[in-house]
Amino acid sequence: MTVHEIRTRHCDSKRGDASDGAVLAEAVGGRLSRVDGPAKITGAAKYAVEQQLDGLSHAVLVESTIAAGRVRSIDTAAAESAPGVLLVLTPDNVLRLNTATDWLGTPPPDAPYYPLARDITFSGQHVAAVVAESFEQAVAAAALVKVSYDEMAAIVDLSDPKAGDGIPIDAMTKEWGDAQAAFASAPVRICAAYNTPREYQTPLEPHGLIAHWEGDQLTVWEPSQWLDGMARTYAEWFGVPFENVRLISPYIGGGFGSKAFAYGYSAVAAIAAKMLGRPVKLAVTRPQTFTAYGGRAATRQTVALGADAEGRIQSIVHRGVNETSVDGMWVEPLGSVTSIMYATPNFSSRQNVVRVNTVVPGALRAPGENPSAFGIESAIDELADEVGIDPLEIRLRNYAEQDPEVKKPWSTRQLREAYAAGAEAFGWSKRTPEPRSMRDGNQLIGWGVAAGTYPVRRAYGEAVVRILADGSVEVESSSIDMGQGTYTILAQTAAEVVGVPAENVVVKLGDSRYPRAGVTGGSRLAGVMTGAVYKAATAALDQLVGLAISDPNSPFHALQANTLVVTKGRIASPRGDGPEVSITELLGSVGRDHIEAMGDTMPANSTVEDRYKNYTTIATALSHTEGDYSRHSWCAHFIEVRVDEDFGTVRVSRVVSALDSGRLYNPKLAESQWRGGIIMGIGQALLEEGIVDRRHGRIVNNNLADYLIATNADIPDIEVISVGIPDPHSSVLGGKGVGELGIVGVAPAIANAVFHATGKRVRDLPITLEKLI
Amino acid sequence: MRDFSYLRANSIDAARQAAALPGAMLLAGGTTLIDLAKCGVTEPDTVVDITHLKGLDTVTVDDQGAMIGALARMSSVADDADIKSRFPAVSEALWQAASAQLRNMATIGGNLMQRTRCPYFRDPANFPACNKRSPGSGCSAIGGVTRGHAVLGTSEACIATYPGDLATALVAFDAIVHLGDRQIATDDFFLLPDATPDREHAIAPGEMITAIGIPASAAARRSTYLKVRDRQSYEFAAAGAAVGVEFEADGRTIKDLRVALGGVATKPWRARAVEEALKGKLLEPDTVRRASLLAIEGAVDHGANQYKIELAPRVVARAILKVGETA
Ligand SMILES: Cc1cc2nc3c(=O)[nH]c(=O)nc-3n(C[C@H](O)[C@H](O)[C@H](O)COP(=O)(O)OP(=O)(O)OC[C@H]3O[C@@H](n4cnc5c(N)ncnc54)[C@H](O)[C@@H]3O)c2cc1C
Ligand code: SF4
Repeated sequence: MTVHEIRTRHCDSKRGDASDGAVLAEAVGGRLSRVDGPAKITGAAKYAVEQQLDGLSHAVLVESTIAAGRVRSIDTAAAESAPGVLLVLTPDNVLRLNTATDWLGTPPPDAPYYPLARDITFSGQHVAAVVAESFEQAVAAAALVKVSYDEMAAIVDLSDPKAGDGIPIDAMTKEWGDAQAAFASAPVRICAAYNTPREYQTPLEPHGLIAHWEGDQLTVWEPSQWLDGMARTYAEWFGVPFENVRLISPYIGGGFGSKAFAYGYSAVAAIAAKMLGRPVKLAVTRPQTFTAYGGRAATRQTVALGADAEGRIQSIVHRGVNETSVDGMWVEPLGSVTSIMYATPNFSSRQNVVRVNTVVPGALRAPGENPSAFGIESAIDELADEVGIDPLEIRLRNYAEQDPEVKKPWSTRQLREAYAAGAEAFGWSKRTPEPRSMRDGNQLIGWGVAAGTYPVRRAYGEAVVRILADGSVEVESSSIDMGQGTYTILAQTAAEVVGVPAENVVVKLGDSRYPRAGVTGGSRLAGVMTGAVYKAATAALDQLVGLAISDPNSPFHALQANTLVVTKGRIASPRGDGPEVSITELLGSVGRDHIEAMGDTMPANSTVEDRYKNYTTIATALSHTEGDYSRHSWCAHFIEVRVDEDFGTVRVSRVVSALDSGRLYNPKLAESQWRGGIIMGIGQALLEEGIVDRRHGRIVNNNLADYLIATNADIPDIEVISVGIPDPHSSVLGGKGVGELGIVGVAPAIANAVFHATGKRVRDLPITLEKLI
Repeated sequence: MRDFSYLRANSIDAARQAAALPGAMLLAGGTTLIDLAKCGVTEPDTVVDITHLKGLDTVTVDDQGAMIGALARMSSVADDADIKSRFPAVSEALWQAASAQLRNMATIGGNLMQRTRCPYFRDPANFPACNKRSPGSGCSAIGGVTRGHAVLGTSEACIATYPGDLATALVAFDAIVHLGDRQIATDDFFLLPDATPDREHAIAPGEMITAIGIPASAAARRSTYLKVRDRQSYEFAAAGAAVGVEFEADGRTIKDLRVALGGVATKPWRARAVEEALKGKLLEPDTVRRASLLAIEGAVDHGANQYKIELAPRVVARAILKVGETA
């Protein structure tokens, strides 16, 4: 295994953008291009299942073809005697694992965990696996495994009569004032139901892993948004010490929430590797990515808004439901945006979760906030129409000056600025209010606006910064880069603090042997890790300067300076008197081959146990409303659509979004993440939907030809405008979340634009053509 | 592992002989064949690679018409200057199909022979019942997810849509499929499912498409292919129409009209009723819209595909008006 390294390169190293003043590209806030880009474009970047290991064998899954029932028997005879087959795993012979602690830190029940199921709770569940010398042999033998079932009636989805009302989730209840009464007596009332379907993360790199045991040491190459969390899961499953598990994940081809956990197939591969004493590769197929783990749960919401005649909200009554599986719990917090976007004296939000026969749903870019915004941001548009005022004006009229729920000031909320900047760039003032009032031939044109938000989630991370005798700087952390730019911004941070060119910084990520980090999810990593690297680099620089001042062999020893400065890798006194030497020369003269320092974002008195908990669960993550402030990023999307009046096809023709993510560590990368979110939002609004065969409880469009995500042709130029200011309450360097914000509010902005274009309000996503013809 | 033999044909005769072997299948660009092999739908015993045959990838266009070799790539035919000027509907049907990567691999012969996208057809492990795949086993689609299924030409045995775009344009302009010496009109080449949906083409074992001939016509010269779908690219048609028109000397009266529909029928669907209704008429929006309704005469929906019955005539009308305008 070669240790993975990334060197920064000089890419458009001239200047940052105007909003950050004249920032050097490679400093924090500069527009340095992705340092991992060349390796990815040239194919040099090796992904998990591309690793070549001696003796590698191949596992292929056998999945249930019924959605509910029980496995009666599994006939493995034909598969076992097929060429090349090494092992056929079934519930009868699979190793008994321990149940592992979940991501919230809930202690596990003292019960065994079997990753192959006898009791079938969804179509596509893993029931067996075949391991063979070659992938082709394993595929052929897997087709020979005969499973017979006792089938039961499945609860197909939320609309199934058997599904019922579900389980109330009290923790989701939010109430103040008397929402029902205030709604009943409000002069203007609107009430409507908004639905979102099952949606999937569809990362370009499908899931999969290579598991390899050497004694009781397990090495796993697996794309991961959370090395330490997943390493803990493997360790607990197999009852080995945490330190015995090494996860390696230098490159990840997109995760969008789906790569933070070790799943059943991960356990299958690790079990097979243990039983065979050989490394085992298990590559999840594209169709399996629809059932091997969960996408976004289908949701339903009703939003009732009571307002005065001027559109000032007096009451919001919100009820939400999301689906979960019959044997696992997933809560998609549907009231999360509803409760904070607008000022209202009376509020009520409750949520139920309904069990259906599906894989346990999971996180998909902005879980909770995304569907929540579809509800409230559509509803406020309906209210604007009802009252007869401009959709932007109604948002300003109900602007929340503080967090209406916890009644604390916002740390920063540049949403008014976002509305202003977006409206100006879009030309919103030229909008004609009537639906169907703008057209170009057969195309009805509509303009819509919607806001979005995402909380600032804060957790912990640590990093080592090493200044080497050759003048380069190394950064190590078990955090990851799944395309969002961690390699790049950590290089920028270390370069700026230590005072070396970014191209001299080597960032090493994606190995659980490195200093630890929590989950890369909830848009928290950049804020956490720039903070940890900032601290580690500052400590390393202090050591370097300390040595230079005090070491008797240092050329600065005679100078008796209080401090020294390092610029472009050269050390000098601030006033320029005395010598100027390179880092290499200094370390040479004091006889050191490196200087190393660790930094973290943990409370000072943290114990070893605290650290373990902090990095392997989210139990200790800080609430966004902890302390004196409520912390969130904010955005406003202005979107133009063209709807063909005969065909009902919707094309997004213009997007202007203004976003407040606080300070941007690298505007180029932040913009590209915002755009990525907006692009996914366009797909969500118009295309994406897992379609279930109701007789079989099975997703039938489980491939990328039939599950439609946006293509380049669906995406116009997207103008993004940063309106953020540094937010000292949110992170060490003043940034707020970036990655998930962009998608929140896109779908309602499009639905609102479609209403403006056509006069038809579509409350069920996606907005496909048959809903408009 | 499922073994199969691979034969590389070095002459058309050799290819035809090999293709006559039981369980043999021709391999051209492979974008359908290999895809379906991965799904477990096609399980050839012998794969006969015809991509090395010489002289089958040419496109020649003269005053009589076009002759397109079976191995010509979708992308090169779409880009051919003469095809673009004399058969714009053919070029447009091609460049709006699939993706750039697929068009660079896929051949014209293979394109005609592409199979349905019916999700039940493509998933034998979960849906054993499929009359097209295993005759007599039933149809999993009826009563299931039918959004993409056909509304025209269906039978009780099968409601699968023929998904291709090119064939729609070919049927509109009376193209001829050349199977070596035998020739057959494209409209007759594609079969209705009736009771035998497993039989899709009038082609016998041991036969091979060698070329497609498209007779020149004024209507083909003034033609278009309009494809409507939710996604702007890389999606099969919700409804598509290939249309060509020729006017009388007055430039307004319709002399010849060709209309075929894609994405809504079990085979490329020539809409002769629309053609006949408009021949001799002036091309006027209301007349065109009314006549276009004839395109879906006899249509039957299966629930979620009901919208196709609304949509198809509108696509036809728009396409006719569009070619009519571009004088
Ligand atoms: C994701 C996806 C999206 C697509 N979207 C579209 C679309 O929007 N519109 C569209 O029209 N098409 C679409 N296609 C289909 C695509 O155009 C066809 O797969 C392609 O044209 C097949 O050509 P090929 O050369 O690759 O055929 P192959 O896969 O090589 O062969 C296909 C079949 O034809 C047979 N065959 C090949 N050549 C001959 C011959 N000369 N004589 C007799 N039989 C032959 C083979 O035996 C096989 O059964 C799509 C395909 C995919 C995978
Ligand atoms: S519609 Fe045709 S192809 Fe689809 S399942 Fe039925 S028989 Fe098979």
